Amino acid sequence: MDELLRAMDVKVYWQRLNCNFAQADKIFDNCMVEAKALLSQQGVVSYIENASFLGKMGRGPEPLLVYLEEAPLVASLVDEEAVLDDLREFAHYMSTHTNFKAMVPFLQSSAAVARRLRSYELFKRYIEIVREMMDQTSVSVLGHHTTFPSPGLQDLLKQSPILLRELSLEGYKNWVDYGVKYYSTHPGRQVDYFSLQSPDSHAVMQRERHGTLLIDNERKLDAYLRGLWQDGDYLVPYSLIFDELRKPMPYYDDYGIRLPDVYDDDRGVSGINRYRATLAHMAAHRRWSQKMVVDNWSPFQRLSVETFEDSRVEYLAIQRFPGLKKIFLALHPIPDEKALELENTSLINLRLAMVSRAILDPDYQYENEDVREFVGRFFAEMERDGSKSEDMAMIALSFIGRTRRQTDALPDTYFDNTEVDYRDDNRHLWIYIEQGDDEETTFEHLDKRQNEDEVDGLPPRHYHEWDYNAQHYRPDWVSVYEALQPRGNAAVIDNLLAKNSATAKRLKAILDMLKPQDRVRVRYQEEGSELDLDVAIRSLIDFKGGAAPDPRVNMSHKTDGRNVAVSLVLDLSQSLSEKAAGCNQTILELSQEAVSLLAWTIDQVGDKFAISGFNSNTRHDVRFYHIKGYAEEWGEDVKSRLASIEPSYSTRMGGAMRHAAHYLKGQKADKKLMLILTDGEPADIDVDDEQLLIQDARQAVKELDQDGVYSYCINLDPKADEYVADIFGSQYTIIDHVDRLPEKLPEVFISLTK
Amino acid sequence: MTTDTEQYNIHEEPFYQAQDEEIELYEAAYAARLPVMVKGPTGCGKSRFVEYMAWKLGKPLITVACNEDMTASDLVGRYLLDANGTRWLDGPLTTAARIGAICYLDEIVEARQDTTVVIHPLTDHRRTLPLDKKGELVAAHPDFQLVISYNPGYQTLMKDLKQSTKQRFAAFEFDYPSAAVETDIVSKETGIDTELAAKLVQIGATARNLKGHGLDEGISTRLLTYAATLIKGGIDARSACRMALVRPITDDVDIRDTLDHAIDATFG
Repeated sequence: MDELLRAMDVKVYWQRLNCNFAQADKIFDNCMVEAKALLSQQGVVSYIENASFLGKMGRGPEPLLVYLEEAPLVASLVDEEAVLDDLREFAHYMSTHTNFKAMVPFLQSSAAVARRLRSYELFKRYIEIVREMMDQTSVSVLGHHTTFPSPGLQDLLKQSPILLRELSLEGYKNWVDYGVKYYSTHPGRQVDYFSLQSPDSHAVMQRERHGTLLIDNERKLDAYLRGLWQDGDYLVPYSLIFDELRKPMPYYDDYGIRLPDVYDDDRGVSGINRYRATLAHMAAHRRWSQKMVVDNWSPFQRLSVETFEDSRVEYLAIQRFPGLKKIFLALHPIPDEKALELENTSLINLRLAMVSRAILDPDYQYENEDVREFVGRFFAEMERDGSKSEDMAMIALSFIGRTRRQTDALPDTYFDNTEVDYRDDNRHLWIYIEQGDDEETTFEHLDKRQNEDEVDGLPPRHYHEWDYNAQHYRPDWVSVYEALQPRGNAAVIDNLLAKNSATAKRLKAILDMLKPQDRVRVRYQEEGSELDLDVAIRSLIDFKGGAAPDPRVNMSHKTDGRNVAVSLVLDLSQSLSEKAAGCNQTILELSQEAVSLLAWTIDQVGDKFAISGFNSNTRHDVRFYHIKGYAEEWGEDVKSRLASIEPSYSTRMGGAMRHAAHYLKGQKADKKLMLILTDGEPADIDVDDEQLLIQDARQAVKELDQDGVYSYCINLDPKADEYVADIFGSQYTIIDHVDRLPEKLPEVFISLTK
Repeated sequence: MTTDTEQYNIHEEPFYQAQDEEIELYEAAYAARLPVMVKGPTGCGKSRFVEYMAWKLGKPLITVACNEDMTASDLVGRYLLDANGTRWLDGPLTTAARIGAICYLDEIVEARQDTTVVIHPLTDHRRTLPLDKKGELVAAHPDFQLVISYNPGYQTLMKDLKQSTKQRFAAFEFDYPSAAVETDIVSKETGIDTELAAKLVQIGATARNLKGHGLDEGISTRLLTYAATLIKGGIDARSACRMALVRPITDDVDIRDTLDHAIDATFG
């Protein structure tokens, strides 16, 4: 009777659905069961209506089927039946806006997305974000009278559940916006970005993530390992996002300690403390565990040995740092003893987890006699001094011997509350005597190492670049390659200096006044380090003569030293090879002349001083040449390098400034000055928006300012007024008569540092 | 003018825990009146050791804390004005040489190099101190001995002793005591129980491991006794450690967090 009624019921709905797809017929009964369980009467009605609408849209049966399957779950998850209409409405919107292929991925992923968002407001916002993305990336080309569907939309929808697991909705929006902004005109890259294939897709996602990132806390954890455990190793992050099935665990080997790239706060333990717990566990292994030959042990035996050994090293760690116990207890799952009664399930994990919990937690409630006995044996063993991994292995093996069940070999394994996620995979515990056929891989690995050693030169350094449109940094956008400028003929520079000897003489007079007078006497001090006899006697005479003596009869000394570090950065772009207006030298020659005179000047004053040059050929190839290092003498080597500079390519100023600042910041000096000698505005061939690099350079100046570096621009471009103030504020000089640069440049320096 | 030598005498035995045979070695050096240099990180017991030896040998001790504003006249003496004209006042070094005291120049590298050379004539066979301004040559009392200390950890290119100064001294190198000895020191000095003292020493060791990795100098024995004193005074151990051990030595957030965590981990 009951069954008949339900069937009748369903039949009514089937009629209302009014659809002829055979596939829908097959699944309809099951869908209705779910729908009726999850939705109210009213909800079911609107569910059927919306489904009917989708079935009649003429886009095949797929959208209808997916809707039938997913919609009830979505509605129940976000707790609102209005969402049923929203799903249909948005699918329809897609369909009518050339993106009908995205309907299925949208509906398909909606339940997984809803599971993350859990509120109607957020879900609506999610739809808005997707709609925006779709509108911005669906392109209509003039004259074609058609609009092309968004290339990345389907991929975005497929990735949405993964993304939302790691990002807040706000972060998701930022990630999507970034992709839309940079790849809306490039379909191939857009697909790469939204399918999480491209590196900057990962980088932006990393930036938007919630939780405690390893990369932000590396130094803290390094200090933790070193300070508390006198241990140290590379900390290498691995990502949990892209490996759903295998669930990587922390481990360590000869190449470092592997940790998840991010930990959220969990079970009342902060992310950083979860890292510390993981590190403490591994550090304890590294200190107290011995390797064991494992060829003769079965997988279960190994599992048991691991558990007991993990408990042993944690016990020892807690002896040393009792505060760890609180963190371990919070993170260790509490296995449910009742599950021991389950039949047809392998319970080995459960039994071991119970042992582990019971050892850690004296308040753990359980009945099982075997567990109780072995926990007792564990503590008896630990009471003795100098416990070893082998002793634990003996106990562990007999535990397996005692508690082995027929059911252990069954494929159904009980995993609930048995995984201890801060523990590593213990690969370091085992020695295999029979290596198997690993020989080949051993050699492969050797080859690879050798190849790596042969790589020449320094790896590039990556700098971010400011995007003024989006008001944020593009992470690791610019690659700067640094190299030592090759040597040329030093005599060229000497000749240039000789030519300017008149200027040099004039400068010399000014420089003598600049030179630090190391000890300066401060007179007329009431309290000072020494008596100033002249003044004292004068006071004494006053005193004897009945007048009030001047009490300021002491003097002291103070040092008046200059402590300035200067970095001179030369723009070596192609335009340098042009002839300067009004004279027959190229700008390059004049620059060389000016720089050598400046270098001579600074050398005379005795300030720390570096010279470097840069040019760029797209963001992937910014060249940075070292001409003089801070510690280097102003001598033949430097002169010969300066003689050989050659102009080429363009001017990506921001990256070069950040790189030069990287070295300048490392100098110990009270004042840090960066002089930038350039003949034009920042530009590069891969940037269309001419404001972009100007704004980036401006941002770089701000960054330097925050780091205590004073930047100053000497510009040779007569039209520089249009942009140079935007970048440097008031910290610039424009030199109109380029032929006077050689005398101007040292003067600028002197007036800046006086 | 006579000097009150009594004020420089040490009447009560200072607590000092020998780490090695440094007491015997010092006695031998004093017997030969060799100038002595004591090196070691801050707060490891250098000054306490000198004080203890002065007490043990029964000699007055004159201590001068050196700083970079100190001039030669701060050590030797200077003319002062009074109602009748000018008056000479002996500096601490001159006083020590006259009365036969042990003169202890603490953190000598802090003083400028032109200041440190005035000790040279006192530290070789001459054992005299010329007072240029006064036109007097003071011959050192037979009991006079010069002791200097410095902390090699602060050493930079600018702040180092000249070879000509270094090579006038016999030297002791101090370091933080071993964990057992340090526990003993902390508990005896402050009266806390050894178990608690051992925990403090463990935190100290944590910081010393970080020397050169964000810390210029580890937590000194002196700071450990401060923490112990606070705990003895009824302060909660964690707060006492944070206040006495961590906050003084670092402004670096990462290091501070790590040390704070070490305190939590150690006290459970």
